[in-house]
Amino acid sequence: MSVIIILIIASVLVALGFLTAFLWSVKSGQYDDDYTPSIRMLFDDEIKTEKINQTNTPIKSIK
Amino acid sequence: MWRHFYVKNKFIKNINHINCYHCGDSCSEAIVVNEKSFCCEGCKQVFLLLNENELCNYYAIDSNPGIKAKGKFVSNKYQFLEDESIIKKLVQFNTSTQTNITFQLPQIHCSSCVYLLENLHRINSGIIKSQTNFHRKEVFIAFNPQQISLRKVVELLAFIGYEPTITINESENKIENNFNRKRIYKIGIAGFCFANIMMLSFPEYFSSGNIDEQQLKHIFSWLIFALSLPVLLYSASDFFISAYNGIQQKFLNIDAPIAFAIVITYGRSYYEIISGTGAGFLDSGTGIVFFMLVGRWFQTKTYDSLSFERNYKSYFPLGVTVIVDNKEKNISVTQLKKGNRIIIRNEEIIPADAVLISDLANIDYSFVSGENVPVNKKCGDLVFAGGKLIGKAIELKIVKEVSQSYITQLWNNDIFLHKKNEQQSFIHPWSKYFTIALFSIALATTCYWYFIDVSKLWNALTAVLIVACPCSLLLSATFTYGNVLRYLGKYKLFLKNSSVIESLSNINTIVFDKTGTITNTISTLYEGTQLSELELSYVKLLAAQSTHPLSKKIVNQIQIENSQQFSIQHFKEYSGLGLEGVINNCNIKIGSAKFLNKQITDQASLQTNVYIKIHDVIKGKFVFNNIYRDGIKALINALNKNKYELHVLSGDNNAELLNMENLFETKANINFKQTPQEKLNYIKTLQQKNKKVLMLGDGLNDAGALMQSDVGIAISDHSSRFSPACDALLDGNHLFQLNQFLKYSKASKKIITASFILSILYNIVGVGFAAQSLLSPMIAAILMPLSSISIVIFVGILTKITAFKTIAKNN
Repeated sequence: MSVIIILIIASVLVALGFLTAFLWSVKSGQYDDDYTPSIRMLFDDEIKTEKINQTNTPIKSIK
Repeated sequence: MWRHFYVKNKFIKNINHINCYHCGDSCSEAIVVNEKSFCCEGCKQVFLLLNENELCNYYAIDSNPGIKAKGKFVSNKYQFLEDESIIKKLVQFNTSTQTNITFQLPQIHCSSCVYLLENLHRINSGIIKSQTNFHRKEVFIAFNPQQISLRKVVELLAFIGYEPTITINESENKIENNFNRKRIYKIGIAGFCFANIMMLSFPEYFSSGNIDEQQLKHIFSWLIFALSLPVLLYSASDFFISAYNGIQQKFLNIDAPIAFAIVITYGRSYYEIISGTGAGFLDSGTGIVFFMLVGRWFQTKTYDSLSFERNYKSYFPLGVTVIVDNKEKNISVTQLKKGNRIIIRNEEIIPADAVLISDLANIDYSFVSGENVPVNKKCGDLVFAGGKLIGKAIELKIVKEVSQSYITQLWNNDIFLHKKNEQQSFIHPWSKYFTIALFSIALATTCYWYFIDVSKLWNALTAVLIVACPCSLLLSATFTYGNVLRYLGKYKLFLKNSSVIESLSNINTIVFDKTGTITNTISTLYEGTQLSELELSYVKLLAAQSTHPLSKKIVNQIQIENSQQFSIQHFKEYSGLGLEGVINNCNIKIGSAKFLNKQITDQASLQTNVYIKIHDVIKGKFVFNNIYRDGIKALINALNKNKYELHVLSGDNNAELLNMENLFETKANINFKQTPQEKLNYIKTLQQKNKKVLMLGDGLNDAGALMQSDVGIAISDHSSRFSPACDALLDGNHLFQLNQFLKYSKASKKIITASFILSILYNIVGVGFAAQSLLSPMIAAILMPLSSISIVIFVGILTKITAFKTIAKNN
């Protein structure tokens, strides 16, 4: 039966690992903003296609 | 520079019903660039800037996402951002190569905004990184001060339509953030310990307490013991602190019975574990703490982008241009001294009471005093702080310091020093009765077992106290209020916290402000002999020469095609009176009755009128009326029917008296020309008559009354606009639902009572077991989460149904 003790210690350790991960994620501010990242992740891919369109535009600017 | 462009294919076309590609406004005269139409030069410029930097995805994510450009940019407006001491107060981190700052951008409204704001570095390489927080409507910007100054960053933001709100009260946010995080830590730890203790208790449940291997049993109970400690010492600390504070003030608050129950549960469990006599009730004990913490967290729905604590400081500008030795210099407003000469530009706010040095000024006091028409001031006149300048820049001489000015003096009142007394919730008397009932049952149990079987006495007594923990009672209140808060938020009534719901349900007197609350805009109407199209175009041309706000309104009102071009001769503007000119050999005068020597009745003299005189004949007048908000009449009727006592406090003159009397069907409670202090005192007098007062207002002049009232609701048409400190913010378009909101808050009280009864039923069952000394850890472990979860579901369904019945159905 002593194997169960090892298993329990292992399970508590794993759970503790998750708890630390959770606390760390709160501390690093991941829960401060739970909405903007969902918008942000959709941006990157589209930019390149837009760049191709851009080459056709006749607007030039003088800096 | 990025603001100057050379555009090849620019041409102007007349197209009807075309929406601006940038801001979505319909435009009659569209400027077409790249086959895209724009309503104005400003919108086009923004588009060109984005186009040049390959940021046109902005338009692809949401259609017409732009914020209407405000036209020509006042280049000196942000001059104060070059002052080192102001920069220091605003930035969070500053080295020679990087500056970090967070701006409030109330204009953020869609994913395109996020896209643009996070790509600022592509417009200007001096910006290192920008990150938005959509809910808080904030953007964090890191930039290199050697490449771009703070002022340039702000000007860039303002140019693309996101003009930041700059105030110095930033530090509050930080504290709030830390507090929220601490709360999540506590919930996380309690949840972790609760779940693990539950798991380790399973062998105990399934063997009904008779685990064969004593060694294993020991290990389990000591593990549980260890796991329960962080919950007791860290997660539950708030309950103990609150209960202790309550007892110190000789008052048993709702946390006291909870703290007591926690102590009993843990005490008995620790005793059992240490003495090796049992497994204890630590699974239930940690569960209670976990559910209570979740409930409290749920109850405090916060609206990140709204602020309920604003004072005049966030309305007033930060910096101001002063003239010292004929040179312009920027200082912060707090440094303003009596006798300083300052320059105020169009749309800027006057920071302190001052005397006008320039010839003329039009000042909009609608937000400060409730007067709905801009006031004309002449050289030497006193202008009050808080007014907004309309028209060209003026020079002023300060006569009072900022904190001593007419409007800011209101904040020296005592009520602004103390936080509003949290009203005693109706839950507290309940918890008092509950505690009394609990102790009598405990006493009865003790007596019973004392005579029957003394060995079971302690068991039964502690079991009664554990199972009767008022946590489900409290959960019902916290979850009901949490839900109500969310539903009201859906209909644009944002409450500061859940205790406002209860105050709202006790209201019996409602006080309205007039300008901005009952009315929202001014309409222009023409009365008199019909003017020919030609005459109208004369009037329009004459009015167009003046910057007076009323002239501008007339120009906007007359919509005719200017087919013929006229020139104007002998134009003359008489300040505060009117205009005169000769167009096409036709002598035209427009202005006040006094200017045109017209005799008028008293009633008409209170109205805002502009008379038209053509060839010495008074043809008619333009009348400027208040427009009442939609559905206000129906609201007043409904409130009257529900026996609410209604009052009106207006800072304006009594021109609208007749309309108001018709609206409210009473004369007695309508008051005009109220100063901010009088408004405050009026509320106080009502309260002294034991009335529960709800105040609805919008301007700075209502700030005192809002603070004094039992519930102060600030009406706001844009969440981005400044609103004074209040208990709740209401979108002006939803004011007509006020009666339904009040009904809903009353219904929520009934829901809580119903769920109380349900939770008491659970308690009776539990106490039934406990008093017979039959309460095993397993029964406690089943009963506790079952009662908590079923109550949460019960109030969840009930609040949803009542929200539908009281608000949504009548929408």
